[in-house]
Amino acid sequence: MPFLIDWQNPILAPNYRDDLVKKLNRRKFLKGALNGGAITVGLPLLDVFLNDNGTAYADGTPIPLRFGTWSWGLGMSESIFVPKRTGPNFDLPEEIAALAPVQDHINLYTNFHVFKDDAPNLCHHSGWVVLRSGIAPMSSQNQPGETIDVAVARQIGNATRFRSLSATATGDVRNSFSYEGGNSVNTPEWSPLRFYQRLFGEDYQDPNADSFTPDPKVMVRKSALSAVQDDAKKLEQSLGAEDRARLDQYFTGLRDLERRFDLQMTKPDPREACVMLEEPENLPTGLDADLVAKRHRMMTDLMLMAIACDQTRVFNMFYASAFSATIRPGYDKPHHTATHEEAVDSELGYQPNVSWFTRRAMDEWAYYVNALANFKEGDGTLLDNSLIYATTDQSFAKLHAIDGIPMFSAGTAGGKVKTGLHIDGGGSPGCRLGYTAQRLMGVDIDSWGDKSNTTSSEIGEILV
Amino acid sequence: MKKDLRDQLNPLLRGIMVSRGIGHLKFLLSPDSLFKMWNVNRRRESSLSILSDIYLFLRTALCITCTAVLVIACGSEVSEPAEPLESASAPRTRLLTGEQYSNSIAAVFGEDIANSVLPPIPPMTRTEGLLSSGAAFVGVTSDQISQIQQSAASVSAKVVDENHRDFLIPCSPESVEAADGNCASLFLQSTGRLLTRQPLDELRLAELVDIANYAAEQTEDFYAGLALALESVLISPEFIFIVDQQESDPERPGFNRLDNYSIAARLSFFLWNGPPDDALLLAAERGDLHSEEGLLREVDRMLSSARLETGMRAFFDDMLGFDEFNSLAKDPSVYPMVTGSTLRDAREQTLRTIVDHLVTQNADYRDLFVTRKTFMSPALGVVYGIPTGNGWIPYEFPAESPRIGLLTQVSFLAANSHAVRSSPTLRGQALRERFLCQLVPDPPPNVDFSLLEEAEDATTARERLNVHNTNPSCAGCHLITDPMGLALENFDGAGRFRETENGVELDISGELDGVSYNSIEGLATAVRDHPKLPNCLVNRLFGYGTGGPASLQYDRDTINWLESRFVANEYKLTALLRDLAVSKAFSTVRTVDSQGKMGVGEADAVPYRLAEPDFSSQLQR
Repeated sequence: MPFLIDWQNPILAPNYRDDLVKKLNRRKFLKGALNGGAITVGLPLLDVFLNDNGTAYADGTPIPLRFGTWSWGLGMSESIFVPKRTGPNFDLPEEIAALAPVQDHINLYTNFHVFKDDAPNLCHHSGWVVLRSGIAPMSSQNQPGETIDVAVARQIGNATRFRSLSATATGDVRNSFSYEGGNSVNTPEWSPLRFYQRLFGEDYQDPNADSFTPDPKVMVRKSALSAVQDDAKKLEQSLGAEDRARLDQYFTGLRDLERRFDLQMTKPDPREACVMLEEPENLPTGLDADLVAKRHRMMTDLMLMAIACDQTRVFNMFYASAFSATIRPGYDKPHHTATHEEAVDSELGYQPNVSWFTRRAMDEWAYYVNALANFKEGDGTLLDNSLIYATTDQSFAKLHAIDGIPMFSAGTAGGKVKTGLHIDGGGSPGCRLGYTAQRLMGVDIDSWGDKSNTTSSEIGEILV
Repeated sequence: MKKDLRDQLNPLLRGIMVSRGIGHLKFLLSPDSLFKMWNVNRRRESSLSILSDIYLFLRTALCITCTAVLVIACGSEVSEPAEPLESASAPRTRLLTGEQYSNSIAAVFGEDIANSVLPPIPPMTRTEGLLSSGAAFVGVTSDQISQIQQSAASVSAKVVDENHRDFLIPCSPESVEAADGNCASLFLQSTGRLLTRQPLDELRLAELVDIANYAAEQTEDFYAGLALALESVLISPEFIFIVDQQESDPERPGFNRLDNYSIAARLSFFLWNGPPDDALLLAAERGDLHSEEGLLREVDRMLSSARLETGMRAFFDDMLGFDEFNSLAKDPSVYPMVTGSTLRDAREQTLRTIVDHLVTQNADYRDLFVTRKTFMSPALGVVYGIPTGNGWIPYEFPAESPRIGLLTQVSFLAANSHAVRSSPTLRGQALRERFLCQLVPDPPPNVDFSLLEEAEDATTARERLNVHNTNPSCAGCHLITDPMGLALENFDGAGRFRETENGVELDISGELDGVSYNSIEGLATAVRDHPKLPNCLVNRLFGYGTGGPASLQYDRDTINWLESRFVANEYKLTALLRDLAVSKAFSTVRTVDSQGKMGVGEADAVPYRLAEPDFSSQLQR
């Protein structure tokens, strides 16, 4: 069934288009369209959704660019985390020894700062909020504005079934570092089984299927969206500005949904790395480090397949929350409590139990990078066209320090980033990495961050 | 009316009082209170002439006088003050909570379909103590909408499948392979009305039928077509959001009232945590909810419905922060007897105790903190160390038992502990924040933790926490949490009773806002008699019922008035629910004109962080 109106190539200028839509008696419009056997809708696409269009697959880019984030909690033990040497072939102190197998795929960034300026130092909050949104929060009630993954998804997330996907290894639906705005969180997948069902359930279209038949239901869904929008206008009449903005956000989401319906009606490009996984087992709740690791690996495997099947190009993985409450079996303090209550061992020069937790986090970071690097896709791997941005909430958690907060990246973003480097930031803003990442993903910004966190300086050492 | 008229009438009024020999009742008949009551009467008469104003004023004065005489004659208390004149609430646009989503699907299509779909609703940010209040501020991301669509498709497919269609669709199509507009219309009209909580207008219904017909043609399947039309209702903002629709209030110039359907929705989500039923929608259609009598009739019907239990369970689950149980676990090497089902039962035990005490027995709210009556399950029997039968059975702890009231139930003790040990700080904080509505501030970021290290080898929590209380920068906050929590140290992190910790006998003495105690019972009684306890419940219920946090500036008088009613009604929950549901505050909303920023509570609201544990966990526990 053909579409009469192609919004990718609009014949009318947007203003005229809007006016036309307003003038149409919608019921007649729908009827007319039905009688003529064609489908159309009164919803103009927002310009932001036109950044990449349906031709993305056909324009010679066989494998799309991808962006991921990863997070761990409570920083590091500096003396055994920060390598002595910078540049390539840096040494791996004991706390990051687990990274040896993936050293060539990652960069480690140390001595970068997060600035709070006139904002208070909000424990376990300021650090991650600045690195993800560029802005120091004024109170611990402030959520960040838009986070980096959302900005990138607006750029590269429009040609897939999901604009972005988030998953957490904590089993807690409240753990997310992905926000469209202060009050709008992207809810993470917290159960492997549920994540599986969402990915490979009824609406899943196997890109490698022999034949492709557009689902007539999807066409109906798309045409029905216009009725939903009209409805909503009535609702908005007597609302205050903030409530109206929330409903407007809902309509923006409906327009995005419309675009996803369009995608479902075109045959997906084959994805040779994409295979259906077995349905995973359900896991119990809990934050025992072994259980968290297991959950993290199950979530990672599902997420990677979602990427390989091109269900999304933007993905957030959450290993531990800012107040990581991971527990070490038999030890009476959860991770966060241990950072404050455990003494620095005078011989070792660090907190042994705290370091145990950080090492477990590094085990999982290594697993994650390795999984991407070993996932064959075409002539390369999933990691080749990806950039992963990994952050934490403090540098030395015991003192709630945010100076010298460590970060990682992984992947070359399609050959544009050098890897295997340890970069010393010399006290410059940590936001430089987020800025660099957004530029690499094609986000059109000249600078990023607020006040002292503002930067327009890419981390040139990593650029090819 | 008219200050000068009031000035002229005041001497007259005093004359009446003196002539009737009740001059000493001046305190009762202050001009202000008289004017309030006169205004109430005036509203009823909706009369505007000066003469009838005077008549009404006199009638009110006489009426009050007579009442006062009667009251004195009977020797009982004077009647409660009337609701404040300015009483109103903020208009809200609420996202359905996850539970409300499920309850809506269950109310229209049955529990089995509701249970087959996880609600596609984001977690709420706890706001002024309630997750449900966060629903007035939360936004819906694009990602979330795709989940809402997936759930809508899943629900719709089930509604029309062969197991359900005969029950849920009131007609059969002429052919299952073709469109049938009449049958589609019947179904969509009735379900659309229930889902959007008001009748569909003609155009909207026609549109939905168009979609159903078109979809049936495309899929050559009547039922598939119907499901697709239903999907579009289930993703519409009219279903997903509860929007307070307002109109000017003819009886109170300067105020807007909710329209009948919005009152119906407020009532049903307040009392039932679900959508209005057919009878309530019919009452709204008749306009009954704008009349005192009609409103009372519906409220009383709702209060006597079995659905009240669902509603109150949801409220207390929210107020007590029981969402914590969704991710709660105990370290099995420390607490091998505590499994997932133990913790599920602990949550259930407390909700059963509350519903039985407050709804079934209609008993004093404060006594929840000293009652020894509860319910027991086999899994809980293990933790409590008592033999028990199969299933849930009523259980009463003996008088000498340390188990007394909600604070000594496993739910409170285990939820406010770590996975590996108890936490007096967490327990004290929960007691302050959940039950007394007091906010425990965040600690400063530059805390000196070196003293805590020295306490590493402390044998008891009291020794460990003593560091806080001797260090000025910690003591400020920890002194308002730790003493209460330490009184519960006879219960470990899983809520089991213990005489000692690491072989050392426990000192459980302490003090709560001026009341000292040296037993668990002492703490329980101090909480029961705490002056903030009733006010806190009223405050939370007000926020819960009106769909967003109470405003310190605008709602204080109303809450104080409700509290005085609550006291007069011997702390009975059902009476409080009734008072709130039929109050002006419940069905009247402030206009932009009357208050600038609408007092929706952003300034007052203190939402908790979402990406972190529910409590402000920077506190050293």
